[in-house]
Amino acid sequence: MSKISLIIKREYSTRVMKKSFILLTFLTPLLLVGMIALIVFLGQIKDDKIKKIIVVDKTKLYKEVLKNNESYIFQYSDEKLEDIKNRKEKKNEYVALLYISKDLRIDSTAAVLYSEKQVNLELKTYVSGLLNKYIEQQKLAAYNIPDLKEMVEKSNSNIDIKTIKWDENGKEKEGSAELALVIGMITAFIIYMFIVIYGAQVMSGVVQEKTNRIVEVVISSVKPFELMMGKIIGIAMVGLTQFLMWVVLTVGIMFGLSSAFAQNINLESVEKMQKMGQMGMQAAPASEMTASIQQLITAVNGLDYVQLIIMFILYFLGGYLLYASLFAAIGSAVDNETDTQQFSMPIMLPIIFAIYAGIFAAENPDGPLAFWCSIIPFTSPIVMMVRLPFDVPFWQIALSLSILVLSFIGTTWMAGKIYRTGILMYGKKVTWKEMWKWLKY
Amino acid sequence: MTLLEVENVVKQFAGHRALDGVSLTVPENSVYGLLGPNGAGKTTLIRIINCITAPDSGEVRLNGKRMTPEDIQHIGYLPEERGLYKKMKIGEQALYLAQLKGMTKADAKKALKYWFEKFEIQSWWDKKVEDLSKGMAQKVQFITTILHEPKLLIFDEPFSGFDPVNADLLKREILELRDKGATIIFSTHNMATVEDLCENISLVDKSKIVLQGNVDEIRASHATNTYLVKSAKKIEAAGFELKVVSQKNGIFESQIKKDEKETNNELLQRLMFQTEIIAFEEILPGMNDIFIKTVSK
Repeated sequence: MSKISLIIKREYSTRVMKKSFILLTFLTPLLLVGMIALIVFLGQIKDDKIKKIIVVDKTKLYKEVLKNNESYIFQYSDEKLEDIKNRKEKKNEYVALLYISKDLRIDSTAAVLYSEKQVNLELKTYVSGLLNKYIEQQKLAAYNIPDLKEMVEKSNSNIDIKTIKWDENGKEKEGSAELALVIGMITAFIIYMFIVIYGAQVMSGVVQEKTNRIVEVVISSVKPFELMMGKIIGIAMVGLTQFLMWVVLTVGIMFGLSSAFAQNINLESVEKMQKMGQMGMQAAPASEMTASIQQLITAVNGLDYVQLIIMFILYFLGGYLLYASLFAAIGSAVDNETDTQQFSMPIMLPIIFAIYAGIFAAENPDGPLAFWCSIIPFTSPIVMMVRLPFDVPFWQIALSLSILVLSFIGTTWMAGKIYRTGILMYGKKVTWKEMWKWLKY
Repeated sequence: MTLLEVENVVKQFAGHRALDGVSLTVPENSVYGLLGPNGAGKTTLIRIINCITAPDSGEVRLNGKRMTPEDIQHIGYLPEERGLYKKMKIGEQALYLAQLKGMTKADAKKALKYWFEKFEIQSWWDKKVEDLSKGMAQKVQFITTILHEPKLLIFDEPFSGFDPVNADLLKREILELRDKGATIIFSTHNMATVEDLCENISLVDKSKIVLQGNVDEIRASHATNTYLVKSAKKIEAAGFELKVVSQKNGIFESQIKKDEKETNNELLQRLMFQTEIIAFEEILPGMNDIFIKTVSK
């Protein structure tokens, strides 16, 4: 086995065997799925309880308007508001009291919901939706125009602009700007996270080898550059392993859960959709909801996944290699981990800048900031990932990638020079000036 | 036969010259001492021999051929700043370091088994370095240095940090390795070990070699014409300096410094007239004295 592969193997296996790595790798997807499951679960138990609302309607106009559903039961009462308020014993029986004092056509603020706790939004939306619809119909009816109701309903519009992209062959692909934004930001953020986390691991690995005094023992057998590259490549593989495990585990757990509760969930979601439809004006009718979901699915299918995954791996590796060697150089120059902070700041700055540039690029993916930041190698791995789902011309990707490759060869070469001097320096406070000198040895 | 030749090596660092025209020749199958005060350039020289740093000019030859990075497989190097991975198990770590030196896993395992048994440390195999004492870790380091049976062994300050028991063990192992055919170079401050172990030395001071050669010859050339004389009666000074006199069980011990021109026999003859001579021996200066004298010049 060649020496560099021995080093890669050691770096990889010691890290992958660590308890913290195994815990993080397995717990993160569980936490993620668990959180989603918790939200779904909490959303479901809320629906089971039927709540009573007492209605005190002075006008007696709205008796038929407030319909019961499986969450709420409306009970009409002729008592005075004060009497109900002061009656202590039966307070737990209702959650809220709806008090209508005047004709709502005349005074739109005449309906009030009283309760001991803050009234939830769902109830408020439900009640106001029903009342609004009823008042609207009454107002329309007052015009005395036949079929007006139908005319209004027909003229009611719900416009959702589709975005369709033409590819080079003139084929149409349905796209979604929102989806592109989400995908771009997620992939960019993952690259950002991995560069920072695994770059820092490279740095602390180098510092540890130096403080353990093992480094001179090792470089009496291998070249310093081989040791550095072995570490960088080994840790990159750890990163890719963790990422793939996350994807596989998350998808696996989700798939397992959803197939186990498939019928349950489907039923619930259909019911929910119908409920939302009943609620009136605010929510789109059920048929339109499913239409927009279908549209989202076609948009998801419209994305070029192969391109996206290849680009993700290329930019992840390029960006990581660019920064990891710089982190290694910093690690070699200092004596302990606390000293690394001072030197890693100038490296962290462009990475942090890149994530901000990425956010701006998402708003205007073809603007000059987005363009230049996706070409400059120190920001391109993050910013280009944001731009990619918005379709970037091929020459820009090619240019950006070749500059990135040239740059990481350059930084690795530079870092190697600093590294091989730095690892043999003990007990010396290093300055930038000194590191510059090491470059020229 | 010569194993290693260093010829006219110069190494310049920013600000100072670490080595200035250093040459030395290490005969095969011998123990060679590299002496010198701190900062003289010993470690730099050792790193150049190990191809860790490159000289600005001059060259290093192994077996008469210019050294290449491939040759370091035949060197076992124990650096002054030495350590092990703290979180890694001893056995795994030793295997890893041996494989880096080009051994196959099977060979390394076999050799490690032999040495772990020899040092009676088989039970450490699955322990982590952080659970070992410093002396224990040094034994492991020593084993990993010599495991691949290199022709040339280089120890940089091997005795620093060793407790007396381990230092003695190390001395015996060094001599045993030489008897098996290895050539050993070591740097040290400990002059007693130099007298015990080394056939040849180089004394480096301020980036240059200031003294070089066979240990016995060097000591003889630094002779101060001082003799230890044991006699039955007290000796009186007569044409020579009398330095120390002590009396133990009726035997008088004197240190005599004779004139350079006088031969030993002439001196003895004169002493014989004074009293019965029981013992007569030249006192050679220790390497410690020679070291201090040469460096402070």
